Amino acid sequence: MLVTLREHLGEALVASDTVGAELCVRVAASAWKQAAEACRDHLLMDYFCFLAGMDWLANPDLSGEKVWDPDGGAASADPEAAVPVEVGVTTGVAGGDSRFQVFARLQSVGEKVGITLKADLDESDPRIESWVSVYRGADWHEREAWEMYGFNFDGHPGLRHMYLPGEFEGYPMRKDFPLLAREVKPWPGLVDVEPMPGEDVVADDTGAETSEEAG
Amino acid sequence: MAVTTDWEKAAYIAGQAADARVNVELETEGMTLNLGPQHPATHGTLRIVVRLDGEQVVWAEPIAGYMHRGYEKLVEVRTYPQVTTLVNRIDWLGSFCNEVPFILAAEQLMGIEAPDRAQWIRTILFEMGRIANLILFIGDMGVQLGAITPVFYAFRDREYVLNLIEAATGGRFHPNYDRIGGLKEDLPRGWVDESKTVMDRVRGFCDELDDLLMGNEIFQKRTRGIGVVPRAVGLEYGLSGANIRASGVDWDIRRDEQSPLAWKQCDWKVWTHPDGDSFARYWVRLQEIREASKIVDQLLDGLPAGSIQAKVPRIIKVPAGEAWVHTENPLGEMGYYVVSKGGLGPFRVKIRTPSFNNISIAPWILRGVYVPDVITILASLYFILGDIDR
Repeated sequence: MLVTLREHLGEALVASDTVGAELCVRVAASAWKQAAEACRDHLLMDYFCFLAGMDWLANPDLSGEKVWDPDGGAASADPEAAVPVEVGVTTGVAGGDSRFQVFARLQSVGEKVGITLKADLDESDPRIESWVSVYRGADWHEREAWEMYGFNFDGHPGLRHMYLPGEFEGYPMRKDFPLLAREVKPWPGLVDVEPMPGEDVVADDTGAETSEEAG
Repeated sequence: MAVTTDWEKAAYIAGQAADARVNVELETEGMTLNLGPQHPATHGTLRIVVRLDGEQVVWAEPIAGYMHRGYEKLVEVRTYPQVTTLVNRIDWLGSFCNEVPFILAAEQLMGIEAPDRAQWIRTILFEMGRIANLILFIGDMGVQLGAITPVFYAFRDREYVLNLIEAATGGRFHPNYDRIGGLKEDLPRGWVDESKTVMDRVRGFCDELDDLLMGNEIFQKRTRGIGVVPRAVGLEYGLSGANIRASGVDWDIRRDEQSPLAWKQCDWKVWTHPDGDSFARYWVRLQEIREASKIVDQLLDGLPAGSIQAKVPRIIKVPAGEAWVHTENPLGEMGYYVVSKGGLGPFRVKIRTPSFNNISIAPWILRGVYVPDVITILASLYFILGDIDR
């Protein structure tokens, strides 16, 4: 599969790896649509599975970056409780150069194999070609990615809101979009995760919440 | 992959419209009809706006989002064991089936595997979830056509299956029974015998419905040849499960892919239908209930003894990596693309739900049909709103 793809995409095929038992390739954003066509025509990927966005910015909530503070401070007030904060962008399988990625999965129902495609998007202007003319099922998925991540899909027949009301502002699935419920109230479930004696201390950031519960 | 039928459909509608224009007395103003959000045919709150020319639909647009709960965002701030509670609520008629692929994805990343007994019980409950889900479809389809009786039969027999699920898991609708590395607890005493009786009853229900509805002339007239999805179009839109098998695609993830679950240990059949119409979708689902009850029976016979929980650390941390696990759920292909960065919770979870794709074909399939068929076509595509909106 990889050989066939390389044949048709050439330099545009940036990296490849596996997810589970399946192939995952990263292509240049300029060759995004071309990659879909190559998969459809040469790898017999006739089934469109999904298309989604990805924001590789560090997750503020579970990485320990943000600790809820009853006094209203956004950052942790206790410097001793601060765990190494993961900042910036680390990307996963098949790598990546930028914060935003779009990824999609296709499947061949005849050959019973699937493939995951990824492409990097420009951070300031996330823009990529639409797949609607290749797979019509991409329509709704691209609307969702546009709404949730603010990706623009060139050639899409109508990027309208999928789930959210029309006047909604912001891109909720971006990592820097705050989850309001979590801002107001800490998640009580985190309190359950207490370290066992002798195990690594993982629940540093729950200390404040535990005492809050006790009080 | 050019599909001529799409063009033909458009040409047909244009032709009809031209005829209407020629015959000035019959010319009608277009009308916009709003189905929903609270329409009984929508299994929740889906709004469908259809533009009508007389009795014919010229344009249709489903509007989702009335039930959007933002699970993909919510799971990012939860730990792995907490996620099952959320994903239970995606397809609420077959809840257990939603838990399994997520747990399998987490297990794949952690490199652990549940013991055999746990995998078998998972498979049994998975298939019971399928039965409970599809039974309701089988009954509900009758209601959409004006036959009230089948749905009472369906609710009656679904109750027996739900009782079993409740007895094993403690929850009728939201079991929350699957754990990373195993299950919450073992099956109660007497459950296996009880299940066998119920599976017999389920097969009896299928026979009953065969007589009651499938042979009915009105039912046949209203579903045969209505809402035809050609194979290529269905695949392009990402239709899965019984919807695509009814268009003659012989693809079932349970059979075709490696899975730690126990489907390969049983003898069962994947049914397809060449027609691709509403009737075919109904027929395939009815056969699926029968097959599912057979799978359950076989698994109950061969249920291995032993532990139901593999050894996992008390605090579940999933190593960094990405995993994609999909299973053949009652509604179609359900998959989770889990991205972990090594923390307590997932970094990103893409939830691929079957109904989202299944219903995205609606604008295409509803073009040119008559108003009463809108309901049967949507009912036969079988979506659940929690599954579209997530």
